[in-house]
Amino acid sequence: MVVPLPRKLLALALAAGLLLLGGCATRTPDQDSTAKPDTEAAFPVTVGSVTIPARPGRIVSLSPSATETLFALGAGPQVAAVDSASDYPAQAPHTQLSALSPDPEAIAAYHPDLVVVAADPNSLAAALARISVPTLVMPDAKTLDEAYAEFVSLGKATGHQAEGESLARQTRDEVDKIVAGTPKPARPLGYYYELDQTYYSVTSATFIGQILGRFGLTSIADGVAGSGYPQLSPERILQADPALIFLADSKCCGQNGQTISARPGWSTLTAVKQGHVFPLDDALASRWSPRIVDLVRAVSGAVTSAAR
Amino acid sequence: MTRLAERRPAAMARTRLPARTLVIALLVLVAVLLTAVLIGASDLGWQRVLRELSAQLTGGRSPLSEREAAIVWQLRVPRVLLAGLVGAALAVSGATFQGVFRNPLADPYLLGAAAGAGMAATLVVVLAPAATAGLPAAAFAGALGGVGLSWLLGRTSGEGGTATLLLAGVAVASFLTATQTFVQQLNTETIRQVYTWMLGGLNVSGWREVLLALPYIGVAAVVLCLSARLLDVLTLGDAEAASLGIRPGRVRLMLLSAASLATAAAVSVSGLIGFVGIVVPHVVRLLAGASYRVVIPLSLVGGAAFLVVADQIARTITPGELPLGVVTAFAGAPFFVAVLRSSRGRRT
Repeated sequence: MVVPLPRKLLALALAAGLLLLGGCATRTPDQDSTAKPDTEAAFPVTVGSVTIPARPGRIVSLSPSATETLFALGAGPQVAAVDSASDYPAQAPHTQLSALSPDPEAIAAYHPDLVVVAADPNSLAAALARISVPTLVMPDAKTLDEAYAEFVSLGKATGHQAEGESLARQTRDEVDKIVAGTPKPARPLGYYYELDQTYYSVTSATFIGQILGRFGLTSIADGVAGSGYPQLSPERILQADPALIFLADSKCCGQNGQTISARPGWSTLTAVKQGHVFPLDDALASRWSPRIVDLVRAVSGAVTSAAR
Repeated sequence: MTRLAERRPAAMARTRLPARTLVIALLVLVAVLLTAVLIGASDLGWQRVLRELSAQLTGGRSPLSEREAAIVWQLRVPRVLLAGLVGAALAVSGATFQGVFRNPLADPYLLGAAAGAGMAATLVVVLAPAATAGLPAAAFAGALGGVGLSWLLGRTSGEGGTATLLLAGVAVASFLTATQTFVQQLNTETIRQVYTWMLGGLNVSGWREVLLALPYIGVAAVVLCLSARLLDVLTLGDAEAASLGIRPGRVRLMLLSAASLATAAAVSVSGLIGFVGIVVPHVVRLLAGASYRVVIPLSLVGGAAFLVVADQIARTITPGELPLGVVTAFAGAPFFVAVLRSSRGRRT
């Protein structure tokens, strides 16, 4: 069979193009190939549905919680960049990378061999897969157990499996010890947990709600239809008259016992009258890193002083 | 003058507001206000609240505890009054804008009041998150700034007609909105706070907000009610108005200033609440006549009643809060369609 010349030419051109696009050219190796050989876990490892071929040496973390966990695991030296919201620990390589609208090209500029995110709304994983970078999604923990499981997963993914497991165990033991050492209120105490000054709150079913539940506290937002993070009406807060008030808008927005007692009608609240208003570290209260222990300790202090 | 009378639209035949209509509207408003105070998010029981009200009036004994009384007097009453004020301001401003621009789709946000307030609010949330107490003042300034900018642009680039002003308003609003979106995108962590404000609401309101908004809205309402006749003349066209001894440019400036002042005050305490400025004046027109001597005062009363009811829905239909702007559009649009249909049926 004789192939007409133009078609033959076309085929040649195509083949040449493919060759050019393919692996024939010599290139300087990407930095990830210089990663140190794995010492602790047998790579490749599979975490969930993600396979990580070799021990990552250039991790980009777009999740403040994951950043904290990575450093707590001892994987800090492997972290190449963290997003703009990752503000802890201080020695993390802070960048302006955005976790909410991640830009694959900006991330690729750090030559990552593993990207950790808390959510993947813009198909970041698919985009990064095209340049052979695995993306590990470590979603918002819904329970303490899920948080501990993420410590183990991150340990496994970064070549720190043993550290991951012991970090999870230690954190669990520490939390359990603090809870056990805190006086249980005689009857379940109601709390109002403030996320912002328009009265967005949390129910007992949320991650933070479950932590507070371990101390025998229940949210006054329970029973409000919709999400675990409903907006409450101020009338409802006043009528519920919570025994404790936690402010997760203290650092961001300067709220404290004084500012809330100036709100209309709030000075009549039992928690305000008795001084049971507890500002929490906003960042700490929205993360599920090993620093949960600090949060649990703060709550324990609040419950102890309220029980007095 | 006979020529003028001939050119008047049929609906304008009724130019004076009948006292009976005004009384009915006021009675509806009072009923709505009372219901809103009696029934709220917390189930205090309407009979107990009623006894509290009468105890306050007569100096008798109240069945409510100190905290329950605070719910009524420090949360519910100011919120209901503020809803009324904001509704009145938006509706009367909407009616004024429709008259000035001779466009039934004009609303109080047309000249950049919403975009200006939105940008100012975003800047406060992003740059000074600890100073959100200054949000109303910033939104107020932003709203007036947006309208002022549109006015300046419209005046310098045209011959002072409404068309140029309208285009300037569109340009200013787009520009301010783009800037606001850009700033917000750079600070995505504050997106929810900005968004909550944008959707509008009265859940964080007390006497402070009522006292902040009242003077501006009060003055604007008086000015607009007194100049309703001028709006009627403006609807005849600039030439006709000039022949009647009115300077259209000046009248427009005065009317738009008053309406924008009321809008800015409303926006500063409630965020962006859409639809009130369009639906209320139109419903009033369909029910009571198109003369601005009817539309302006009735929009004032009707807007107040409409927003009090909308806020009642926002705070009681679910145990949490609904954004007020969502309620006004969701409840207002079908209501508007129903009125439109029934009035058309009556005419044919």
